Order: sequence, then C-alpha cells, then structure tokens
Amino acid sequence: MSMSDDTTAHVEGDPAGDLGAGTPQATWPLYEVFVRGKRGLNHVHVGSLHAPDDRMALHNARNLYTRRNEGVSIWVVRADAITASSPDEKDPFFAPSGDKVYRHPTFYSIPDSVPHL
Amino acid sequence: MTHPPDSRTARSRPGAGTPDGRDPAPVAPRPEGNWILRAPSLRRKAILLAKVQDEAGHGLYLYSATETLGVDRSELTEKLIDSRQKYSSIFNYPTLTFADIGVIGWLVDGAAICNQVPLCRSSYGPYARAMVRICKEESFHQRQGVELLMTLMAGTDAQRGMVQDAVDRWWWPSLMMFGPADGDSPNTQQSMAWRIKRHTNDELRQRYVDMSVPQAEALGVTFPDPELRWNAERGSYDYGEIDWAEFTAVVKGAGPCNAQRLAHRRAAHENGQWVRDAASAYAAKQARREQEAAA
Repeated sequence: MSMSDDTTAHVEGDPAGDLGAGTPQATWPLYEVFVRGKRGLNHVHVGSLHAPDDRMALHNARNLYTRRNEGVSIWVVRADAITASSPDEKDPFFAPSGDKVYRHPTFYSIPDSVPHL
Repeated sequence: MTHPPDSRTARSRPGAGTPDGRDPAPVAPRPEGNWILRAPSLRRKAILLAKVQDEAGHGLYLYSATETLGVDRSELTEKLIDSRQKYSSIFNYPTLTFADIGVIGWLVDGAAICNQVPLCRSSYGPYARAMVRICKEESFHQRQGVELLMTLMAGTDAQRGMVQDAVDRWWWPSLMMFGPADGDSPNTQQSMAWRIKRHTNDELRQRYVDMSVPQAEALGVTFPDPELRWNAERGSYDYGEIDWAEFTAVVKGAGPCNAQRLAHRRAAHENGQWVRDAASAYAAKQARREQEAAA
C-alpha cells in the first residue's frame, strides 16, 4: 500500500471505524473532523477525535483543531458513517479514467491563428 | 513508496518517529502544570495555560495518528499508566523555579522543534500531518520561553542567577532528548530506511547545539559544558560526552520524577472517570429521548 500519496486520514485504513471493538471498556465512537478555513474554501479533513455524542464531538473539535482561528465552520462525521474507497483497489478503481485523454482540453491541437481559446 | 509489513509495527508506537521512539506527549503538561497556579502575572498565567493546552493537544494528535494503524486508544492509555509504555526522558526532571518555564520553552521545545521539523516530511501521512500542526504550535512555545528569559535577564542579579541555574539543570537533559548516539540506537537504521525518520539522532543533536550556542550568547547565559567550543574545521560546535548512564536510568524509570509523573497521570485518569461516565450517560439519555420522540 502506498503511503506517500495518501490524502485522507484513517477513513482509508479503517472505513468501518470499529477501532476498539471487543475491548471490555466501551470506547466512544470515532469522529472525523473537517474545518472550513475561511469563507469560500472547502471543508478540509484535519484529523479525528473520540466523543460520546455529536455535540461533544463538535465542541472537542473546536477545542482541539481551531484554537488559533483556523476555521469558520466545522463538520464532525462519525467515522463509521463514511464509505471510503479501498487503498488496495486504488488502481483498478480509478483505471477507467486513465485512457480517456480526449476528456482533457490539451488533447485537441488548434492552430495559433484561432484566437481566444 | 511502499512500506514492508513490519513498518506498521514500527509506527504503532506513538512516538515512533521521535529519536528514541518514546511517546512525547502524554505526560508533557505535567512539569509545567506545576507552575500555572504560581505564575507571577495574569499574562504569564494565560500564556502558560495556552501552552499546556497545546501540549495536551499534541498528545491527542499523536494518539490519533497511532490509531490509524489500528491501535486502540484506551489500550495505549492503560499501557502508559501501567508503566508499560515508555515516554520521553525529559518529562522526568523537576521544574524548581519559574525560570524553568522559560528554559523549557527555549531549550526543551527548541530541541523538540529540531526533531520534529524534519518529521513533517515523514513518509507516514497521518504522522507527518500531526507534526505540521505541532511544529506551528511549538514555535509559540519556544518564543514565549525566550521572551520570559529575556525579561528575567533584564531584572535583578537574583533573577539572572535563576535563569543560569535553570540552564545548568536543563542543558544536558535537552541534549538527551535526541536519543542514544547513532551507534547505540537500535531503531534508527530501520526508521531511516522507511523514511519514518529523516535524520539520525546525532545529526539533529549537532544541529541543535549549533543553533543554541548563539542564542545563549544573546541571552547572556552559558552552557555547563567545558568542552563546548567552535570547531572551524567542521563548521560546528564540539561538545562534551553525554552522561548515558543517567539517560538509561531515567528512561528505565529511575529519573528524579518518573514515579511522581506516572502517579499523577494515573490519578488524573482515575479522577476523570466520573466525567467520562457522565458524558456517556448524557449521550445515552439524549439518544433514548430522540428515539422516543421519533416513535
């Protein structure tokens, strides 16, 4: 499995979010945290935390990930609610787009005499 | 780049990329927490509270990164408080005066920055991303420490003496933070090969010494090492031999504060049980009410 190009945290490695299942002491569910840095930007995954419920997850995320004005909006999502593509299937999963070069504008050669393209 | 299966084990220790492979954060707030209630001004108290909150956050970032490898967090906590998980040797030294708060920021956090900046390029994504956040916050820690020391150095002779005394006690332990010498570091070679670590312990230690000496000169303090001198040939400072017997003893649990630190961590965990129970009970009650309302 390639590690150098991963772009998400452990939703990849643990899509079921069942870390700790089977331990005697009940573990709070795992939440993934997404922060919008400022208006106009997307929410971006910043990390994860455990919390007993959604509201506590939101408060904990505020305390853990936005102590220095890092965001204007936070999403928390239970990790077990996320469906993720499997890193093991990465190549076949994305292969269908690999051979369709005609979907890119650079596929088409247009003479310089045609302006504003 | 592809990691062989064993690299999972190598990374599933929370401090896997740190020089001696020890968990850097879970007891980190302790030495400084000691001084929150005795800070000399509201300004210093607010700064120290913010720093201690950061340190607790750093522990959480690293535990999160470790969890991505499938390690259970409550299991890690249990291992720590049962003395089955090693942590950085530096947290086992006492903080005797408020000058220690400044010196910890300058030297201990300075050493942490030296270690952690290259780890932002570690091959393991969740760990590298945690390090980016940690380094940003450590920069505040180091600067507040140096500012605190400059304030003390501009004060009375007694205050300057406090600073020098703190420097004398923390210099060697801060050098030990880089871990065993390269010849004696069992994990370094493998971690370098997998690019979990990017530089050897001795390389980083030398970089730290070279950065710290001019800072000490600017502050007006000296390091307790008669062998510390500029080596024009190497373009670096030579320094004396570290007391590795002390390092080994502290790592193995015989440091000045090991028992106290772990006892405090254990007590905090046990005394916090009712808070965790209450949060769980409240969440269960709310869920039940929502279910009843929907029915």
